[in-house]
Amino acid sequence: MRALTWHGKKDVRVDTVEDPEIVNPRDAIIKVTSTAICGSDLHLYDGVIPGMRPGDILGHEFMGEVVDVGKGNTKLKKGDRVVVPFVIACGKCFFCEKQQYSACDNSNPANKADISELAYGYRMAGLFGYSHMTGGYVGGQAEYVRVPFADVGPIVIPDGMDDDEVLFLSDILPTGWMAAENCEIQEGDTVAVWGCGPVGLFAIQSALIMGAAQVIAIDHYPHRLELARKLGAKVVNYKNTHVYQALLEMTGGIGPDAVIDAVGMESHGFALDNVYDYAKQMVMLESDRPHVLREAVYACRKGGRVSVPGVYGGFVDKFPVGAFMQKGLTLRTGQTHVQKYLPMLLEMIREKKIDTTFLISHRLPLEEGPEGYRKFAFEQNETTKVVLKPGWEKSNG
Amino acid sequence: MFRRILLLRGAAHRAFLVRWQVSWNNPERARFGAHVARTPIRERFMHHRYHDHGNGRALAAGVLGIAAGAVFLMAARTMMRDKHIIPPEDAPRQAWRRRAGGRWREDAVVGRTITVNAPREEVYARWRDFSTFPNFMENVVSVTPLDQTRSRWVVEGPAGTTVEFETRITEDRPNELIAWESDEDSDVRNSGRVTFRDAPGGRGTQIEAVIAYDPPGGGVGRMAAKLFQKEPGVQVRRELRRFKQLMETGEIATAAGSAWPRA
Repeated sequence: MRALTWHGKKDVRVDTVEDPEIVNPRDAIIKVTSTAICGSDLHLYDGVIPGMRPGDILGHEFMGEVVDVGKGNTKLKKGDRVVVPFVIACGKCFFCEKQQYSACDNSNPANKADISELAYGYRMAGLFGYSHMTGGYVGGQAEYVRVPFADVGPIVIPDGMDDDEVLFLSDILPTGWMAAENCEIQEGDTVAVWGCGPVGLFAIQSALIMGAAQVIAIDHYPHRLELARKLGAKVVNYKNTHVYQALLEMTGGIGPDAVIDAVGMESHGFALDNVYDYAKQMVMLESDRPHVLREAVYACRKGGRVSVPGVYGGFVDKFPVGAFMQKGLTLRTGQTHVQKYLPMLLEMIREKKIDTTFLISHRLPLEEGPEGYRKFAFEQNETTKVVLKPGWEKSNG
Repeated sequence: MFRRILLLRGAAHRAFLVRWQVSWNNPERARFGAHVARTPIRERFMHHRYHDHGNGRALAAGVLGIAAGAVFLMAARTMMRDKHIIPPEDAPRQAWRRRAGGRWREDAVVGRTITVNAPREEVYARWRDFSTFPNFMENVVSVTPLDQTRSRWVVEGPAGTTVEFETRITEDRPNELIAWESDEDSDVRNSGRVTFRDAPGGRGTQIEAVIAYDPPGGGVGRMAAKLFQKEPGVQVRRELRRFKQLMETGEIATAAGSAWPRA
């Protein structure tokens, strides 16, 4: 089969590889019909996530048709159309029983779990196509993919719903939703969202659904800010405006009740502290650039909530722990417990309460995947979301 | 053992001092310093561009620096060590610092505790059937029961070797504890115990596996085995994870069987 593989920094290719097969009883094999490039795939593209090996197949946002199931899988049958969560969860351990699926104790293979246990203290769940730290599972930017514990993760999509409508259930929609949920929004709240990428935009939509009085979106790409405004957010372009001052003024001097860092470890911009982080990152004295996290903690009101859906991997410097403690902030974060939110969000899409299709800017055949990565990485204003179609011969979107 | 290490440490330190003095008094070095001071930065850069000095000098300096740092740290730790009597300690022995108690431990004690989301009777029964271990424990090649209490084990060692030993169960309390000891003439002498406890709050069963063994080649051999990831501490950790996966999910998580471009 054909699959999109990682070969190094800014080097992804479409290679011919072996077809996957059923290994464990609860597995399923999915024939991928749609698969998206995620903002967090760009961290792999930029080579800032450790534990990647040349030839690894990328992709953790995908959906398709079940073509084979293991004998222990009683939930799925051949022909089902499913969306697959990017988090692999066993459904049986202490964490899965608490619906903390991204903390699953069992999905990271025993030999690979040592890396994350060393880095983070405890072994992390397996993820599709996201380095050997998270299990080295093969990703879904391919024609076929093996899905372990397929009786827990994948959700069957009813007839009559397009791929474009439901594909983002795999990651970014639940991630944006959980980011807003972590804000514990109450009546009258202002939520400030850094980053109007896909997760930021879904967080804006979710926060408004949850009853936020105002959502303020922060970015520097005019097109992305325009999308945020269409969803109902007020927008701040940090190239024009002092973000902290703007937030202070727009909240009557109280400050945002909750802040969302939907940017993560690779902040843009030439803020003084970000340039400092660039320099340290270059000489490997710091792994992540937390400019947004610093600014969000600083701007958050006293007693407010800090929600971090943006991906961080290692260590950061100059974390404003004083502001964090003195103001009594709450920090909530984590990889998304996708499985927990799927039935509810699918229902909301069906009732047209949430629209996801507005996000897609490019639909490309899988063969043009590398071009999709390039566009998503370097033409961020126009490229809001790239969906790859393994079935397509050539581009018609 | 400890005295020997102190001696070695002293020798290394003396060697370092001598080397340092030699290099400091070297007239070559003085001239080089003056040259550096006189040359503008840009030219200095160009000079290095056209003359390949190799990495030897930088590497040597780096290694020396690290060695000096290590000696300093070890000396500082020795001096800072608590002199008073060890206070009460509730942590299990596998979590102790190497030199707790004021002396080097003679054998290696490794262990791990893991919680399995299943009733204690089920967990004990599954564990007690040693002969099934090779089905899900990657490092255990075979376990052959010889009689009620004795069994013969073949376990993977570093660099493709195997380690063989016979064990005798010294204590077996159903649903609570299994303890064993290997024969005197084993490849690697070992003893250990596996304890089963109810986890609080209905979380299932805590399994604590502790193994004491006599590492071939002492501390150095142990480090080497770790490099090969065939050291009992590494092995027990991973086997416990596999046991948990099997008990809880009915299968062992693996990324294998997926597509690989480098077949």
